[in-house]
Amino acid sequence: MKLTPILVGAVSLALITSASAQTLTIATVNNGDMIRMQALSSAFTEETGIELNWVVLEENTLRQNVTTDIATNGGQYDVMTIGTYEAPIWAKQGWLVPLDGLSADAEYDVDDLLPAIRGGLSVDGKLYAAPFYGESSMVMYRKDLMEKAGLTMPDAPTWEFIGEAARAMTDRDADINGICLRGKAGWGENMAFLTAMSNSFGARWFDETWTPQFDQPEWKATLDTYLSLMADAGPSGASSNGFNENLTLFQQGKCGMWIDATVAASFVTGADSTVAEHVGFALAPDNGLGKRGNWLWAWSLAIPTSSQNAEAAEQFINWATNKDYLATVAASEGWANVPPGTRTSLYENAEYQAAAPFAKMTLDSINSADPTQPTVKPVPYVGVQFVAIPEFAGIATNVGQLFSAALAGQMSADDALAQAQDAATRDMTRAGYIK
Amino acid sequence: MATAQTKTLSRIMMAPAVLLLLLWMIVPLVMTIWFSFQNYSLINPMMTGFAGWANYVYVIGDPSFTQSLINTLILVVGVLLITVIGGTFLALLLDQPIWGQGILRIIVISPFFVMPPVAALIWKNGFMHPGYGMLAHLWEFFGLQPVDWFNQYPLFSVIVIVAWQWLPFATLILLTALQSLSEEQREAAEMDGANAINRFYFIIMPHMARSITIVILIQTIFLLGIFAEIRVTTGGGPGYASTNIAFLVFRTGILSNDIGAGSAGGVVAVIIANIVAIFLMRAVGKNLDA
Repeated sequence: MKLTPILVGAVSLALITSASAQTLTIATVNNGDMIRMQALSSAFTEETGIELNWVVLEENTLRQNVTTDIATNGGQYDVMTIGTYEAPIWAKQGWLVPLDGLSADAEYDVDDLLPAIRGGLSVDGKLYAAPFYGESSMVMYRKDLMEKAGLTMPDAPTWEFIGEAARAMTDRDADINGICLRGKAGWGENMAFLTAMSNSFGARWFDETWTPQFDQPEWKATLDTYLSLMADAGPSGASSNGFNENLTLFQQGKCGMWIDATVAASFVTGADSTVAEHVGFALAPDNGLGKRGNWLWAWSLAIPTSSQNAEAAEQFINWATNKDYLATVAASEGWANVPPGTRTSLYENAEYQAAAPFAKMTLDSINSADPTQPTVKPVPYVGVQFVAIPEFAGIATNVGQLFSAALAGQMSADDALAQAQDAATRDMTRAGYIK
Repeated sequence: MATAQTKTLSRIMMAPAVLLLLLWMIVPLVMTIWFSFQNYSLINPMMTGFAGWANYVYVIGDPSFTQSLINTLILVVGVLLITVIGGTFLALLLDQPIWGQGILRIIVISPFFVMPPVAALIWKNGFMHPGYGMLAHLWEFFGLQPVDWFNQYPLFSVIVIVAWQWLPFATLILLTALQSLSEEQREAAEMDGANAINRFYFIIMPHMARSITIVILIQTIFLLGIFAEIRVTTGGGPGYASTNIAFLVFRTGILSNDIGAGSAGGVVAVIIANIVAIFLMRAVGKNLDA
């Protein structure tokens, strides 16, 4: 009999508690910088009383989850971690809340965001996602091996020099490969690298009428160069290697050069690297055509329109991407471990410049990528290492499989290109781009 | 004997459960069929309306469709061959009176308790990785170049992993069959002068035929939809070398966000599975009649 009032009391207390404490569900990728943010986020909860519920996923799974959730208006997440590929497409479809609060906040200083990154996350001048860290790609190389080969890496190398150096540095008996490049199939894996590389060869995904261009000589030159470079100087099993696999190989001293994300710089010069003191940096290679083979990407935080807590979500995004957050990380982990590539002020900070020898090269690489004019010839799309249309992820996954097969020796470069042309044409016709 | 009344009563009492099970099966199937005739892309809200047969034409016209059909067949047959032959062999061994038999049996059936993605990860990174896998070290120990299994022999590698998982199941069923064989029958044959091979062919094999049929039937149904092992190890590649029908459906529906075409692929997969099941029941299911 006495139980009833206790029960009623408990239930009302639970209801009151749940109503007062706001909880944000945040989907993010399991990269080192995000894991660090998760660990530091208790400070945000203490400050605001807003609880955080983290869903940390591997990159591909995260993409599938957030895409399904936002496309079906699922409302599972209040904050999503997305990239420069998704942000403009989703914003145009009205799936994202514009971050007007951030833009209006003088303390947040939206003008401090690097123009290339800010542009990639905006539609019609409105910011739809805030960059957590930004990256381009560049050459990371072993100065000792380069010296041994009797060569000097220029700040802005050509593909010809990269090929020559890679072959000269290769010493299979000592388990040293001249160059490590991505080979694992996927639009964000081998195709990110190959698309950026193809830009410097004058190739493009589509011409102005959205016709795929894999039957053009520029793509043939790109793939032939890549395949022969990997055959002569790449590691065995390269078609299984993505970012993480190559990072391990480089850290173990098994690569003379590695062309990949600028964000890897702090890892190859960090404590986990056995070759940290020998690492040098250079801009991604070019072919003298006016475009370098580097990409542009930013892992960013955005609010889906299905979120019931948009205001609190924006408050969180402000906390995670403002200048104070960078200072917090610097205080606890050192300046070299601060999320890079988002703010001009970071690159003007003397402490950061002293702690991060890769800072200048990262900034130069980011600034040299132009998503609005990624290739030598005109294109109807935006995006450096991707094409900002909804269908791209599916099409490039397919093409990535074919190029990965060519690298594995399962098919010839010509077959891979012909099949890529057929597959891309089929999908572009289905999507209505080609009449 | 049940009266008409009790029969009616039992039917009424069973009805809710039967109805629920039917709904459980029918609702997803009907939805899949419905979506397969719709223009439905997750990422392109402009794609709407009735699609007619377009989704089916698109899926069947996929350059990798034929290869994925062949790969599905190779996968099923390959795994069946390894598990049935290996299972028979292991069952014969485990049937011998040996010391530590109980523990040995548990060890042999233990792979069956490992979840498919976990098993695939163990094989991918622990055994078959060309850099730090156990097999690579073994190859290097003998002065050979390590094999890059998932790139050079993708389908074979998937078959090995799946067979490793299903071998315990086959062994267990076949061992049970073997143990139900009367000792007298074997002894009689032995006394009549039949050697080990003859005893195996004329006594053990006919006795195990029904169990082998059961193993083939059950495994085929599961093997037609192998997915986790491919997703974790090869991702259907290189190229389409290890893409089976299940993976093709996943690629179309989830990776390309094309729910309409993915559903059409799903319906095609269901039809193929049914054809195979009917064929199997006719061909090998005869053993079950007796």
